Amino acid sequence: MTLPKWADVVLIPLINLLLALFVSGLVVLMIGEDPINAMKIMVNGAVGSTYGWGYTLFYATNFIFTGLAVAVAFHARLFNIGGEGQAQLGALGVALVCLALPWPHWTLALPFAILGGAVFGAAWAAIPAYLQARRGSHIVITTIMFNFIASALLVYLLVSALKAPGMAPESARFPEGTFLPNARDVFGMIGVKFARSPLNVSFLLGLVACFLVWLLLWRTRLGYEIRAYGHSEPAAIYAGISPFRITMITMLISGALAGLMAVNAVQGEAQRLLQDNVLGAGFVGIAVALMGRSHPVGVLIAAVLFGALYQGGAELEFETSVPREMVLVIQALVILFTGALDNMVRGPVTGAFLRFGRRPGATTKAAE
Amino acid sequence: MSVDTQKGRPDAAAPAAHPAIELKGISKAFGPVQANKDIAIRVMPGTIHGIIGENGAGKSTLMSILYGFYKADAGEIFIAGQKTAIPDSQAAIAAGIGMVFQHFKLVENFTVLENVVLGAEDGARLTPSLSKARKLLTELAAEYELHVDPDALIQDLGVGMQQRVEILKALYRQADILILDEPTGVLTPAEADHLFRILEGLRREGKTIILITHKLREIMEVTDTVSVMRRGEMTATVKTAETSPEELAELMVGRKVLLQVDKAPAKPREMVLNVENLKVVGEKGVERVKGISLSVKAGEILGIAGVAGNGQSELLEVLGGIRNGTGRITLNGEEIDLTGQNSDARTRRARGIAHVPEDRHRQGLILDFHAWENVGFGYHHDAKYNSGWLMDNEALRRDTEAKIKKFDVRPPNAWQTAKNFSGGNQQKIVIARELEQNPDLLLVGQPTRGVDIGAIEFIHQQIVALRDAGKAVLLVSVELDEIMSLSDRIAVMFDGKIMGERLPAETSERELGLLMAGITDTTRDVPVEEIEANLARKDGATP
Amino acid sequence: MDFNTIIQILDSTIRLATPLLLACLAGLFSERSGVFDIGLEAKMLVAAFFSAAVAATTGSVLLGLGAGIAASMAFALIHGIASITFRGDQLISGVALNFLASGMTVLIARDWFNQGGRTPALMDGGRFQPIDLPFATAVADVPVLGPIYSELLSGHTILVYVAFAMVPLTWYILFRTRFGLRLRAVGENPGAVDTAGISVVRLRYSAVMIAGVLCGIAGAYLATGLAAGFVKDMTAGRGFIALAALIFAKWRPWYALGACLLFGLLDAIGNRYQSIELLGVAVPGQFMQALPYILTVVILAGFVGKAIPPRAGGEAYVKER
Repeated sequence: MTLPKWADVVLIPLINLLLALFVSGLVVLMIGEDPINAMKIMVNGAVGSTYGWGYTLFYATNFIFTGLAVAVAFHARLFNIGGEGQAQLGALGVALVCLALPWPHWTLALPFAILGGAVFGAAWAAIPAYLQARRGSHIVITTIMFNFIASALLVYLLVSALKAPGMAPESARFPEGTFLPNARDVFGMIGVKFARSPLNVSFLLGLVACFLVWLLLWRTRLGYEIRAYGHSEPAAIYAGISPFRITMITMLISGALAGLMAVNAVQGEAQRLLQDNVLGAGFVGIAVALMGRSHPVGVLIAAVLFGALYQGGAELEFETSVPREMVLVIQALVILFTGALDNMVRGPVTGAFLRFGRRPGATTKAAE
Repeated sequence: MSVDTQKGRPDAAAPAAHPAIELKGISKAFGPVQANKDIAIRVMPGTIHGIIGENGAGKSTLMSILYGFYKADAGEIFIAGQKTAIPDSQAAIAAGIGMVFQHFKLVENFTVLENVVLGAEDGARLTPSLSKARKLLTELAAEYELHVDPDALIQDLGVGMQQRVEILKALYRQADILILDEPTGVLTPAEADHLFRILEGLRREGKTIILITHKLREIMEVTDTVSVMRRGEMTATVKTAETSPEELAELMVGRKVLLQVDKAPAKPREMVLNVENLKVVGEKGVERVKGISLSVKAGEILGIAGVAGNGQSELLEVLGGIRNGTGRITLNGEEIDLTGQNSDARTRRARGIAHVPEDRHRQGLILDFHAWENVGFGYHHDAKYNSGWLMDNEALRRDTEAKIKKFDVRPPNAWQTAKNFSGGNQQKIVIARELEQNPDLLLVGQPTRGVDIGAIEFIHQQIVALRDAGKAVLLVSVELDEIMSLSDRIAVMFDGKIMGERLPAETSERELGLLMAGITDTTRDVPVEEIEANLARKDGATP
Repeated sequence: MDFNTIIQILDSTIRLATPLLLACLAGLFSERSGVFDIGLEAKMLVAAFFSAAVAATTGSVLLGLGAGIAASMAFALIHGIASITFRGDQLISGVALNFLASGMTVLIARDWFNQGGRTPALMDGGRFQPIDLPFATAVADVPVLGPIYSELLSGHTILVYVAFAMVPLTWYILFRTRFGLRLRAVGENPGAVDTAGISVVRLRYSAVMIAGVLCGIAGAYLATGLAAGFVKDMTAGRGFIALAALIFAKWRPWYALGACLLFGLLDAIGNRYQSIELLGVAVPGQFMQALPYILTVVILAGFVGKAIPPRAGGEAYVKER
């Protein structure tokens, strides 16, 4: 049974999102705050000022990368739940590049940082990918395990080899030549006032990534093969598509995208390697990919939405008694409604389309 | 909804006053598809009633409703004259109905005993149930010739044995009415004959049997009455003795049907495919193809007959580049790789081998892709579908439009998703894609499985036309009729080996049937025990 | 390492293995029925919070336990609705529940107690107390066996004994009862169960709810037995270690016991020593923490026997057409 395309990609995600927000509103009500007011504060905090926009788009940049990472893997029917660990390793890669040389200018450092983040992220995805492709180990479980291993690895490195002098388990600060221009500088050059925020040129990198992923999936033979493999492995083999090759390449791309998040978070903002450089963005990527229906445009929109949610959530904590964890709850509800409870909405919507005469997809298939 | 089991049961000894089963006005829709429309049927106790119809006619749906597997949208069910609600399988079982599904419903890593007991346990503790079942099973086995080791794991049993377990399951639940859905699809003709003898025995005991099949021959051989279904409707119910295969075929399709393919004698030319001592090891490390040799010439169709699961699929898959094998295979005199980098399907296509796979849903199509995306499937590296780094989707769509026109795919919409085409039109898309590549060798498996009769004729014509154009065709089919009518030569496979080659004009269904059971001395009378022993020896019997 | 140290480490192993074991058996019931559960962590976490919160408010640890189980079952119910009734993706449902638990516990904790996402520390009545087995003091001085009995086996809270008793019980239910037969069948081939006239939905819900109860006990033990109150994200990945143990155990109860004890031992050693000398090489503590995960990956890779999950696991049951 197929729905019209617009219902599938717009209507249903929208209803899912509204349901998630409705339940979140109930939670806010339970805490004794006014949900409408909370919503206003969040929207205003997220997009009501250049400061808000700066943070919103900064978070969104992280989520674009992790969301694309999950989305690309979804197309090959691989559930990469390891974005968190891959981004941690990406952070390590970016940090090693930034600390390796006294970089003279960011334009020189950036390409290498991109390479470092991508390669390390991809490498961390490569092992689960190999185990899935060759040994049949369930990639969901192995990538979860690799998240924990990555976090243990980073903690270890930050108390030993990479530790900077001082108490905190963090690396030395990156040289100034690696600092990326932020939105204030960029807008300043054209005479527009933009508040101080961590938003930096990585956002543009995120947009480029969206376009390249779209091009990959729908305009290249590799993308065609990835999608074909995702729909049916036996069919892929029949068509001469190697499952091993596709699983490896897809996961490498996915891991690299997750790793690129560190260019924004580590090089763009923290400017040093921390114990946790990802702060859950790897997991937000799951929600973003689900909401965005694994399409780069959808991922972009969902990432901005979640960026706004994160920034709005911070404002909410500042102005009301609703703590930051509300964001986590909303995120969970979005995943639940768009990912796991999708059929709850899809069933009635499909039924409605059937009842109102417009036969979805005009099926002629007979049943046995 | 509760069913008075005792009253509801027909007494085998009593005169048959009421029909064992009567269905009135049964309708069922799956979304926009009307699978059953206002169906009425009466089956008298102690008879074997056949239900025949094309793929998709709604036979299985109807019987699944009777078994409580689906809920009907409308209609009434009467069991032995009593109106009975069957909301679920539990109610069906309580009403004395048992069903053997086409795809067996057995737990693979359970023993026979556990499978029989499942759902019919006596109490919360398992041990007493199991020992009771063991005793009863021995009795049933003796009574109905249904011998099977109660402690064997299902996964170690052949399909024939598994089917017996299914029948035993129904008898253990004291079924009076037994429904069998396409039971012979996985059996050799000899095994099928044995099954029919078991059914005869059950009928003598007063049981009522409903046999769903698409094979006219079986209907004619074993049933007392037969109902014909077409497009979700019941078109006729007749006494078997008073009808003919031709009449039934016409009722099934709604017009006169040619049961024979019209073709000129083959004019074989040079050798295209030569296979020597091919061996293939399957999933569980079991050898599935055990050193076979064969050859196909340009301008001829070699048909491979055999019951499913005897290595034909593996043979096709090795040739198609889907599996590895060992041995020596040449195409137009040049060797092709059976392992390694150059043994994949892409290389095969480049060498001029096209492949219509046995299972178009699993292999031949990406069901969620548009028709045009499927037309490039497997050939997506071809220069004609690409421009530089990117795929030329426009070119692919133009090509699709042309193929849709030439092969009369309906609806003629390149943007329709593959899963929304009917079985016949899906197969036409696959056939169009593979045949239009103008291959030297066409591999084709089960070309008409799940395809309506109109499309069957068309597809058969296309395959013969390719042969007449001087191409080599290797055909694998479990439908003996199809093999007999299409092939220029027939090779029979059993247990991974070729039992013999015959010319269609010089062989019979009986002879091929014995070869399919692994018996090469086909001149003598072969007792069924020998066939069974033969089949049991075969390892990894599950297809 | 002297005998006393070994006893102490083993004693701590038992305590640390308890929540793993309960969660692992919870996963076993759920996954044997064909419903994958990566939300063990979530259920333990909500149970930990609600048991501590109720115990802190009422002063009754039993009420706390009840609240913990109820909360965990509520989460199990959501998982059931998503993955059984609406045939959603079981993994995604699990992921969502993990976030929901992580966010909601702190959210409610802040709202109720205003202590930065903690519950107040539990007093004696709000915690499970150690139980001395009979004659524990009497035999304490017997060499070797004395300490093993009185220190290692005796002196745990009731929930520890419950957890270990669950192992043979689970085995019995699974392999010697009608329910167990059906449960295993529905995880292998739901079609067989459905056509045998048994409700697939009801069976799977029972399994998922049993998992809820067991995770509830596990979470309550964390907050009211092992610790004295709830702190943010206090499960600290134990749900995933339990999942790892389940794979390690190849979905079998006695093996689960072994796997959980092993992972408990690793945890106990890691807690006691910052780093360990092994064959002259200093093994960092972080390595010890990561070891359960690494071992699981090795198992999953099939280098030490193949772990084959229940065949119908992870897939919603749809009648074939």
